Amino acid sequence: MPAVSKGDGMRGLAVFISDIRNCKSKEAEIKRINKELANIRSKFKGDKALDGYSKKKYVCKLLFIFLLGHDIDFGHMEAVNLLSSNKYTEKQIGYLFISVLVNSNSELIRLINNAIKNDLSSRNPTFMCLALHCIANVGSREMAEAFASEIPRILVAGDTMDSVKQSAALCLLRLYKTSPDLVLMGEWTSRVVHLLNDQHMGVVTAAISLITCLSQKNPDEFKTCVSLAVSRLSRIVSSASTDLQDYTYYFVPAPWLSCKLLRLLQCYPPPEDGAVKGRLVECLETILNKAQEPPKSKKVQHSNAKNAILFEAISLIIHYDSEPNLLVRACNQLGQFLQHRETNLRYLALESMCTLASSEFSHEAVKTHIETVINALKTERDVSVRQRAADLLYAMCDRSNAKQIVAEMLSYLETADYSIREEMVLKVAILAEKYAVDYSWYVDTILNLIRIAGDYVSEEVWYRVIQIVINRDDVQGYAAKTVFEALQAPACHENMVKVGGYILGEFGNLIAGDPRSSPLVQFNLLHSKFHLCSVPTRALLLSAYIKFINLFPETKATIQEVLRCDSQIRNSDVELQQRAVEYLKLSSIASTDVLATVLEEMPPFPERESSILAKLKKKKGPGAVSVTELEDGKRESGELNGSGERGQDAAAMAASNASTPSPSADLLGIRSAAPVNAAPASAGSLLVDVFSEVGPAAPSGAVNDDGFLSSAPPSEDPAPPLSEAEELLNKFVCKNNGVLFENQLLQIGIKSEYRQNLGRMYLFYGNKTSVQFASFSTTVSCPGELQNQLNVQSKPVEPLVEGGAQIQQVLNIECLTDFSDAPLLNIKFRYGGALQNLTLKLPVTINKFFQPTEMASQDFFQRWKQLSQPQQEAQKIFKANHSMDTEVIKAKLLGLGMALLDNVDPNPENYVCAGVVQTKSQQVGCLLRLEPNAQAQVPVPAAGLPSL
Amino acid sequence: MMQFMLLFSRQGKLRLQKWYVPLSDKEKKKITRELVQTVLARKPKMCSFLEWRDLKIVYKRYASLYFCCAIEDQDNELITLEIIHRYVELLDKYFGSVCELDIIFNFEKAYFILDEFLLGGEAQETSKKNVLKAIEQADLLQEVRPAPLKP
Repeated sequence: MPAVSKGDGMRGLAVFISDIRNCKSKEAEIKRINKELANIRSKFKGDKALDGYSKKKYVCKLLFIFLLGHDIDFGHMEAVNLLSSNKYTEKQIGYLFISVLVNSNSELIRLINNAIKNDLSSRNPTFMCLALHCIANVGSREMAEAFASEIPRILVAGDTMDSVKQSAALCLLRLYKTSPDLVLMGEWTSRVVHLLNDQHMGVVTAAISLITCLSQKNPDEFKTCVSLAVSRLSRIVSSASTDLQDYTYYFVPAPWLSCKLLRLLQCYPPPEDGAVKGRLVECLETILNKAQEPPKSKKVQHSNAKNAILFEAISLIIHYDSEPNLLVRACNQLGQFLQHRETNLRYLALESMCTLASSEFSHEAVKTHIETVINALKTERDVSVRQRAADLLYAMCDRSNAKQIVAEMLSYLETADYSIREEMVLKVAILAEKYAVDYSWYVDTILNLIRIAGDYVSEEVWYRVIQIVINRDDVQGYAAKTVFEALQAPACHENMVKVGGYILGEFGNLIAGDPRSSPLVQFNLLHSKFHLCSVPTRALLLSAYIKFINLFPETKATIQEVLRCDSQIRNSDVELQQRAVEYLKLSSIASTDVLATVLEEMPPFPERESSILAKLKKKKGPGAVSVTELEDGKRESGELNGSGERGQDAAAMAASNASTPSPSADLLGIRSAAPVNAAPASAGSLLVDVFSEVGPAAPSGAVNDDGFLSSAPPSEDPAPPLSEAEELLNKFVCKNNGVLFENQLLQIGIKSEYRQNLGRMYLFYGNKTSVQFASFSTTVSCPGELQNQLNVQSKPVEPLVEGGAQIQQVLNIECLTDFSDAPLLNIKFRYGGALQNLTLKLPVTINKFFQPTEMASQDFFQRWKQLSQPQQEAQKIFKANHSMDTEVIKAKLLGLGMALLDNVDPNPENYVCAGVVQTKSQQVGCLLRLEPNAQAQVPVPAAGLPSL
Repeated sequence: MMQFMLLFSRQGKLRLQKWYVPLSDKEKKKITRELVQTVLARKPKMCSFLEWRDLKIVYKRYASLYFCCAIEDQDNELITLEIIHRYVELLDKYFGSVCELDIIFNFEKAYFILDEFLLGGEAQETSKKNVLKAIEQADLLQEVRPAPLKP
């Protein structure tokens, strides 16, 4: 390289940089910079017009100062002037300054755009590239407005130089990312796709990034790229290592392009064309085979490039999730890497295996590596690798290995890095609950968790253990015994005291028979921790004490003594003082019976109400309130305001008086979900219960008896619909709002409204964990015939869902004609590195499009009789799963969407309904009669009537 | 897509910064500070990848300089590592056994080379020959009034 190319003789700049480097202190540097800034300012302001060279030099100095981390507030104009210089280096420096220091000054943007426009039309490829680089670097909306229509033309024009095409492709990509609405490919689509066939490898390398991005947004328009990509890939993979000349990198042919091609293919399902698919499978096999060949070079660059392609190929195999053979081979290959001497490969193998673990084909194969992974967790020296190992253990956990994995994670927690403890704790808690076969193991695990990493155990985790203990009477005695033992430790974590206080307060009686844990011993043990605890814990302990008075009358005197002492009854904390005063009073004036009622054992919590959910609700923003929350809210507020309920339960009483977010709110938080309090709100939830079984056999001729239960053919790519989600679905036949789905990680709530043949559905995705979901995406599809029957449009969702946050998605639904299947909702996201993939059925049923119709008795029966053909009539006799309460049945029928007609049927016991199903193509009248038979069964004749 | 690339010295001095996503100066400074600290604290034998916010960081040290890239979740770590290496090769070839000082004194060239290699956070031209040819051609245009070229 000639020496001249190293710099172009800006000696002043070199001197200035040397000066800065020679500065002994930060102050000296700032002084030198200020001097230079003053100098440049005076030069720019001076009367003498600066020549291009000086302008370039000063602009370059300003750039250097900016890159040192100082603010620059002038010189933009001079930089813009340089853009129109005829001298290449001046222009180049001008563009660099603009690229690094964009200014939103619109006046300036106009001038910049002018200069760019000139260069783009100069037909000088070097200038055109400079201009395109500048657009790609700045990528502002103004630039998109000015050039988004021009650049596609440059990209596909026959006479454009290759290098310009490359810049144009990536420039367009950048504009598309900032302003997708302004970049319209339309007529250019096919020519852009065909750039994949370009002779110039560089053009393909650049264009494919653009094509990948556009394919993600408009897969259908770009789907021809699949076969082109496969044949390009196949040519590269099968080429000899020297065929591609300069695109061969350390004996690996075109590694960057190969990775990009494999990445593009991941935007699509496996190719439908058998030949294309065969060719692709061959490529993937070749890539896997090459991994076993001896390396062509010892250089790490060779193995990195080769393995980059391998990992990308494995990603594609996992994405397809349809070739068991390839999946197992991929897993074996990764298994080899798990023990590789390169840390990087071990890291990536762990990461990639995490996704393999979620595939049914390879889950078992992944599990065979458990010992290696556990070993990695113990011995890897790099925390980021250990983190990956922990993620993988979490992903490969199932019922068969849960005990081993949880034990290993617990023991790892003892020495785990602080940065990942909280996440680890959450994972252990989730696994322990998910795979608990016997609940004593679960209790042991959580208590161990608190013992080992008490500081990182969030409220949700210890709430949850209490909920479970309260709900499972077979574990209560064991739990009491275990916490009692755990509390013996001289220094135990405050969270342990909380759990201990709560559990002994409820179930201390179960171990009181043993003299070693007699009531007084229990009390003294708890009280020995009291003074070391924070106010919320002390408040909880006071509640435990009053419960003790009820459980063990013999402790009454001792406890009253404690409550009466000044440090309680005159405590400066208002909450503690109030509790002490009220509990003391309660214990002295209430009779044993009253006390027993007030301090009764906690009723069981509803099964699905997890306290992690409570955390989620707390964080929900306004406006994003799901129905369940509203219901819960009602209960909660009713309770908080209901001073009439005072004395029902100690905890509730304390909480009802607390004006500030008080410690007792913890107890209330748990308690508020208990069914005892839910009773007044049960009118709403009855609907769910009664129809949850009857639902699928919805008594309308138009509704397929199988409704939701008929399983749609699983699409190739998304996970098959969850079976348990079907049950969840049924309850939506007669209602429009509620929780559609919930697991450990995610809750999906639904609100929907329908009018005529149109509907709108709001989906609320709630992240129940404290960890962010990445790459969150949802797709709604209408499988098979449904795509001609129902039109569902959705807006894309944000790809990131923060821990505890909720995001909303709106679906617009149009019923074109009658249908029986349900649309599918596929959700994918990454949680802690593992890809989550689930498919649910959306509760869109034909009855949602009912328009209620009023009619008189005579009318009804006349029409009823007309509907005599077999297709027009359906009758079903089914057992009522619940008691047949008139109001409940009425509510159900109304929920179905038809009008409930009074005084129509001569038998007042019968229910009669009429409605018109509104579809775009036709309207179908429906009549329904429900004849309850209290003694036996309920026949439901129904009739449908196609109108004119 | 690569979101940004940072070059910094063992002393934590930033030598080059390239941002492919729009961020405020304040945010850029914050990210730089945080990452320089994180990467410098890592030991030599540790792996070259780490999770950071919702991005993946890929870094490698060459003599006194750290090259550090942030890529997105679905991007390939190993190929990014080789992007770094190819960039180092380009600098090396251009400057003739490059050292930190070359990048300090000719920072604008380091930017120009990077722009020929990567654009908008994606690889534009991976052939060493082609990238250097483009830079050489530009160097030849120095101080010469270019005649319009017919493509």
